[in-house]
Formats: sequence, structure tokens, C-alpha cells
Amino acid sequence: MWKFIVRRLVITFPQLILLSVLIFLLAQAMPGDALTGLVDPNIDPETIEEQREKLGLNKPWYEKYIDWVGGVVQGDFGQSFRYKMPVTDLIEERIVNTFWLSVTALIFTYIIAVPLGMISGRYNDTILDSSIAGYTYIGFATPLFIFALVLLWIFGFHFQWFPTGGSVAPGLEPGTLEYVMSRIQHLILPALSIAIIQTVSTVQYLRSEIVDTKQKDFVITARAKGASESRVYNRHILRNSLLPIAAFFGYEITMLITGTIFVEQIFSFPGMGQLFIESVLQRDFSVVNAVVLLFGAAAILGALLSDIILSMVDPRIRIK
Amino acid sequence: MNRKLLEVKNLKTSFYINDGYYAAVDDVTLTVNENEILGIVGESGSGKSALAFSVMGLHTRAKMEGNIFFNGKDIVNVSKADLNKMRGNEMAMIFQDPLTALNPLMEIGAQISETFILHRPNMTKKIRKDRVIELLKMVGIPRPEYVYSQFPHELSGGMRQRVIIAIAIANQPKLLIADEPTTALDVTIQAQILDLIRELKETIESGVILITHDLGVVAEMADRVAVMYAGQIVEIANVYTLFKRPLHPYTRSLLHSMPTGGQDKLHVINGIVPSLKHLPRKGCRFAHRIPWMGAETHEENPILHEVEPGHYVRCTCYKNFSFQEDESKEA
Repeated sequence: MWKFIVRRLVITFPQLILLSVLIFLLAQAMPGDALTGLVDPNIDPETIEEQREKLGLNKPWYEKYIDWVGGVVQGDFGQSFRYKMPVTDLIEERIVNTFWLSVTALIFTYIIAVPLGMISGRYNDTILDSSIAGYTYIGFATPLFIFALVLLWIFGFHFQWFPTGGSVAPGLEPGTLEYVMSRIQHLILPALSIAIIQTVSTVQYLRSEIVDTKQKDFVITARAKGASESRVYNRHILRNSLLPIAAFFGYEITMLITGTIFVEQIFSFPGMGQLFIESVLQRDFSVVNAVVLLFGAAAILGALLSDIILSMVDPRIRIK
Repeated sequence: MNRKLLEVKNLKTSFYINDGYYAAVDDVTLTVNENEILGIVGESGSGKSALAFSVMGLHTRAKMEGNIFFNGKDIVNVSKADLNKMRGNEMAMIFQDPLTALNPLMEIGAQISETFILHRPNMTKKIRKDRVIELLKMVGIPRPEYVYSQFPHELSGGMRQRVIIAIAIANQPKLLIADEPTTALDVTIQAQILDLIRELKETIESGVILITHDLGVVAEMADRVAVMYAGQIVEIANVYTLFKRPLHPYTRSLLHSMPTGGQDKLHVINGIVPSLKHLPRKGCRFAHRIPWMGAETHEENPILHEVEPGHYVRCTCYKNFSFQEDESKEA
């Protein structure tokens, strides 16, 4: 078990390195550099060239890459051209916001998806199953931002149960209960909009997996032992059906990232997604690099996490 | 010794296919006595497994008519809860494919323990584990303490079948149904598993229904044999009688198709078992596979005739049945 986790961790490093190289090369391929457009056009081109030399912009790409990675490892993503502040400081608060948004969205997703999938799979081809399938089709076909806007309009604007934007009400002291409650309240709507869409695939995966598993021989063995239907489902079928859901988990995290980009924009939630769009629009490439790198790393870690979960659930996967 | 343990009377188990119910088990009547092995033979699709599943109440979407008396109590329409009290406790089943009959995510020990958890809720954890290890020893698994915490994929087919047998006999059931227990195993393991089943039957004195399509297995193991064809029992007799004086054309064809050595060509029964939907529901169901027998030789509604004590044959066509001279065809 531990051996498996260590081995899996070791594989993660080359993935991360490859990711960083790719992102760096993409950034290099983009036209312009830190000085383009920032410098007064009346300045002598030779002086600019001098500056380039001083800043190390004329070095070959691999030397620049090593400079960059060396900084990243120490938590230094460079300066934001637009905000004139370290990228790390810029990201710091937003990454916390996005992290909690993603975690809440994930929790909502599974709270909704697992029971629906179980009902759908156990009572397949009944009216109950069909109505759940109907919901998943609608969810599958509807773009995320429509759901988000509808939720925003109904619960934020019409009923005013939830705030329509931001991550916390202004004027609250961090650390107090009100502050935490306010944060949670700000999280619920955006997280729910992501979850409602994310749920869809999980429900369908779980359903088809349960329909599959319940026809397997070991289910008959369990029944022949005298296990009640609920025990058969909870002990034998469910666990075997959760395997693909666990395998899907890493992909789910990648989906979350794209989800947060939309949702943060709609709910003007100060997170990574919003920062990403802003910095792309403003050509703030050191920020774009950092955000893309972190998104990529999150996807890789998500895959790692799902493999570890999978190995805990399924003994056949553990490498001895 | 000859107390009736299980009595199946006019059992009809039907499945819904597209447009209606079709009987896979049609009017089956048989008894199993205590401490007796009843063999059930027949081709694939003759309803052997459907019969076994009916007795265990394992069909989820079937219509069952008739009676199944287990220890004098009719269990055809018994409640799910009552059925669960009996399954794994008073009657148990050994399955065909050991590779798929165990839960891949549960330790061997936990899978056997489950039968105790379900039927002996007062048993302490410690005693439960001791009993499981004892069972593993009983079914001939080496290093039972080690196997206890292994997973099914770490065991061979033969070992897994032993585990399944251990699950079945855990609560010393009065009735043990073995549904082709050796079909998925290789020949050397087959013999071991059969020996084991016979041994265990002696120890726990249960009645056994042994389902197989291997006549050799039946000859060796069974006390009485029922031959099934197309959902019906066509012949039932004491094992010696059946092999010495088989009467029904189907039984005789089956025996005739067994390799005995010294023959150039094996006998082949014409055609195949018709699918459930296309079974002839009237007349002798075997008739279309022995087309040289005239219609007048068959009964219109074949019933079981008792030709000698304990020996029953369905349909009158057995009286003048003979194998077709098929040399002409082959030449």
C-alpha cells in the first residue's frame, strides 16, 4: 500500500517538470516580452537592448527556464506587470478562495450525485430512474453559466437569501464566527452552480456501474448467504460501483478548474479563475504563467489523489 | 434416513421475455431426502440452474407457481425476510464460476464471516474468526490464517471454489445445492472438489442437489438422478437403474454420446435445445430431435410414467425407441 503511494508520488515529479516546461515554452512562444509596450517609444532602442541584457531576457530559453523554475520552487513567480506587485502575493488570497470554492463544490457534487446514482441504478428503468436521467440530460446540455445565472437570479436577486457577489461581506474581522459564516454564505451559490453540473456525469457513471454490478455473480452469492437487499446494495454493490467514480475524481478536479473560471466571473468571486481571465485580457503573462502552472499542478495532484483513493478501495490495484 | 427434506411439486418458473411469460422450469416434481445426493443432468438450457435458483428463491424477476416444501414448509411465496433467514443457514448454494462468485473487494475471511454475522449475530468476533479458520481448514485450504486476510484475486480457481464451499457449509445447511461446481475447474481439481463435497455431505448429513452436465460426475456421486430436458424432468431413477436401464430417448442419447473408447465416431444428438421462447409447449419436447420416430409414438400430453418403483419416464415414445441407423448418412 505505502509502496504503491510512494511509487505513484515518484511518477508525479516528471509530470510536474514536463508541465512547467510546456507552460514556459508556450509563454516564450507568445510575442513580446516584459518590456514590450511598457517602455516609452522615445527611448533609444540601444538602452532598451541594454535593459534586456540586464534583465536576462536575451539569454537562451533553457537558462531563462532555469531562472524561472528556480524562482517558482522558492515561491517566487516574479512581478505582475500590471499590478506592480509580486505574483505570489496576488495569488495568495485568491488561491485560498478558489480552494474552498472547489472543496465545497466537490462536497455538494457527491452529496447530490451519490444518492441519485444509487437510486437510479437500483431502480433502473423505473419512473424514478427516468426522472433522474431527465435531470442529468438537462444538466448535460445546459451550459454552466446558465445554471449559475438562474441560481443567482432566483436565490441572490429575487429571494435575496444569498449575496450576489464577492467572497465575504465587507467590514468583518477575520477569525470571528461572523466572518466564517459570511464566507460560507458567499460560497454556497457558486459552489452549488458548479455542483449541479458536475453531478450529472457522476450520477450517470454510478448508475450504469450499479446496473452492471448488480448482475454479477458475487451479488447472487451474497443473496444466497441470506443478506437482505439493503445489505447487498450497501456492502457489495455500492463499493464495487464506486471504483470508476474514484477513478473519475482526478478528471473531476480538472473540470472544477474550468468550472470556477466561469462561476467566479459570474459571481464576481475573487478567485484564481477571475484572476486568470483578468490577466489574460491584460496580457499580464507572469500571472498567466503562474495560474496555468497551478491549475496544471492541481490536475496532476487530482489524478494522484484519485489513484491513491482507488488503491485504497480496490486491493487489485495495489502493487506489491 | 429417508426423511423427505425437500419436495418440489409441479413447479413452474417463468420469465418475462418481450411479450409474455415463458416457463424455464415447467411442471417439475421431485424430492430430495436427507443425506442423499440427487443429481440433475441435462444440456445447457434445460432449466437445471433455473430450478436451483427457484429453490433458493434467487430469481429476481420470475413468476413462480407450484410448491416447494422445505422441511414441510412451502417456501414459494414466503416473505423475503423469512427467505433470508433460511438462505445461507438451512440451505446454501455452491456456484458455477468461482472466479466471479466472490466479491473482489472483500477479504476472504470477511466473506465467510458474513454468513455468521447474518445468521449467528450473537457470535463474538473472536469465535467467528476461529470458526472461519476452522472452515478454511475443513475445505482443505493450506495456511488458513494467511488466506483469511487475502483477496479473491490472490487465489486460484480451485482455492476460490473451496472458499465458496466454505461459505455454503458455514452454518451446516440441511440442503446444499451445487450448481455445476466443477464446470469452471480443470480435471484434477474437479475430482478434489467432488470428493470434498461428498465428504462434507457425510459430515453435516445434508441433502445435496448436484447439478451437472457431466454424466461421469453423476455416476460417481449421485444416489438418484433426474434428467432434465427443456424445463421438464424426462426421467428420474436410482443411479444404478438409470445407467443400466435408461429408458427415455433423451437419456439414452445422452449416455450414447459419452465416449467409451473403441468407437470411431461419437453419437451426436440432432439439433439443439430450443430457446425458451420457441419451446414446444405441447407434446413430447424431445420429438423434433428424433424425427424418425413417428408422431403416433408420442403422447399428446406426456406425463411421467412409473415404470418400476422409483423410476419415472415421461412420454410413451421410449417404448419403441431405437437409434437411427446413421451410417447411410455418414457414408
